[in-house]
Amino acid sequence: MGLLIKTMQKRSIKLNGLIGLLQKTGHNSLQILASVGRGAMFIMSLLPALPYSFWRFDLLVKQIYVAGVLSLPIILTAGLFVGMVMSLQGYNVLVDYNSEEAVGSMTALSLLRELGPVISALLFAGRAGSALTAEIGLMRSTEQISALEMMAIDPLKHIYAPRFSAGLITLPLLTLLFIALGIIGGYMVAVGWLGVDEGAFWSQMNSHVDWREDVVNGIIKSVAFAILISMIALFQGFNAIPTSEGVSNATTKTVVHSSLGVLGLDFVLTAVMF
Amino acid sequence: MSDQTLIEIKDLTFLRGERKIFDGISLKIPKGKVTAIMGPSGTGKTTLLKLIAGQLKPDSGEIWVEGENVHKLARKKLYGLRRKMGMLFQSGALLTDLNVFDNVAFPLREHTKLPEEIINSLVDMKLQAVGLRGAKNLMPSQLSGGMSRRVALARGIALDPEMIFYDEPFVGQDPITMGVLVELISKLNHSLGLTSVVVSHDVNEVLSIADYVCVISEGKIIAEGSKEEILQGESEYVNQFVKGLPDGPVPFHYPVKPYLSESDGAVN
Ligand SMILES: Nc1ncnc2c1ncn2[C@@H]1O[C@H](COP(=O)(O)OP(=O)(O)OP(=O)(O)O)[C@@H](O)[C@H]1O
Ligand SMILES: [Mg+2]
Repeated sequence: MGLLIKTMQKRSIKLNGLIGLLQKTGHNSLQILASVGRGAMFIMSLLPALPYSFWRFDLLVKQIYVAGVLSLPIILTAGLFVGMVMSLQGYNVLVDYNSEEAVGSMTALSLLRELGPVISALLFAGRAGSALTAEIGLMRSTEQISALEMMAIDPLKHIYAPRFSAGLITLPLLTLLFIALGIIGGYMVAVGWLGVDEGAFWSQMNSHVDWREDVVNGIIKSVAFAILISMIALFQGFNAIPTSEGVSNATTKTVVHSSLGVLGLDFVLTAVMF
Repeated sequence: MSDQTLIEIKDLTFLRGERKIFDGISLKIPKGKVTAIMGPSGTGKTTLLKLIAGQLKPDSGEIWVEGENVHKLARKKLYGLRRKMGMLFQSGALLTDLNVFDNVAFPLREHTKLPEEIINSLVDMKLQAVGLRGAKNLMPSQLSGGMSRRVALARGIALDPEMIFYDEPFVGQDPITMGVLVELISKLNHSLGLTSVVVSHDVNEVLSIADYVCVISEGKIIAEGSKEEILQGESEYVNQFVKGLPDGPVPFHYPVKPYLSESDGAVN
């Protein structure tokens, strides 16, 4: 008798666990759906405010400085090292086939098509995106956004739009700098250190890199990443629960969501482009 | 709506989750007068100011300001209306990336095309009025709570609004500053013909400047009238609140189940 009751109890615990799990899954999916909806609404309301950021040049310039100029050190350093490593690895493989002059074109192509846009975007998400989310989240928690609204200043135009446009402008430029530094790094290692012929290094690169196919596609990628990261960062700030914990969660989400988003989008774009 | 009423609240209901913050309140705020809104902490005084300014939407009921239904206004018109409002936030809400001077100059720079020298002297004037002209180069993080709130007040009056909402202007001020602020609020009101709404717990200060008083508790207006009427204290509630007695009909606790029923829940 006691045994029967015990097994029944066990079963009901199992069942409860299952129902709980279902409930949780349902609840979480609803929440995700709701936040996607809020995100879409946020983007829809932000779009009409965007042209304003070019009218208020002072605000835009300040944000370009914050997002762009302050990201320069990390982007430049990373670009240089990535180029150096690419060149070193490439040389070690190519030298077995007696075609080490191709190291220049290999470095340039991989930087232009993949590494430049993707690594710059990942660094940008960590450096500028997280800062954006934290800034806006804190502005909300300290009622600064409310205060702007009360002073009849539209935060969409004054806060969100210039930050979005600044991201859109700076990330592609940073990407180009990243690639340029990468190529310099590659040159330094291949020609300066490993003794690849300088003329061959450049001429190989020149003949293999296609303007439309490689350079433009790389820029298109980085524009797409800029839109993605800026939207995620701004929305997470906008959507953060205005407490220290809420803001820190939102900042983490910005980095995680934009990094995964960049990698996923990169795959899609690559499949379409090349 | 009569000429004497600037803000009219009609049958306003507002919920936060399940909790009714306002339960069908109606209130007229007279033009050119100082109206005090009092009530225990957490009753929704700040919420009421945000509703009037159109930052929150009521669940039912209407708020009319200058003959316009605030929550029916298009965005542009609402922003137009807000230019006539000054709001002193309970937290100050200064822009943390600007120093004191730039904070006060901010609305002037955004909304007017005044030359910089005039903005300079206007800002100096407003900062002088709150006694902080010497602090104009400090950043918000270098200010005390009371100082921030005074800078916020200077910013609130920078554009010479037609109506000002003060959310707890006296909190964190020493007696001397408090006296100056009381005088400032009543001077702004009487010499410039502003309409002021003061939310405050400092019964004596607020009663010394208020023309009209409204006491809110548990989602209802429990007393309203001229200062004299309120002070005569025909209502038990008001008496308790104005005199600051812990026991009486105004609850000190946030709504909660009695201890006994809560521990009942734990047993089940
Ligand atoms: N963002 C929010 N979400 C949920 N509830 C809130 C929120 N803001 C305020 N409340 C609730 O609304 C009620 C009214 O808050 P409000 O800030 O208006 O009170 P108050 O009268 O200004 O109090 P105090 O005198 O302490 O400033 C509070 O009980 C609070 O719990
Ligand atoms: Mg309050």
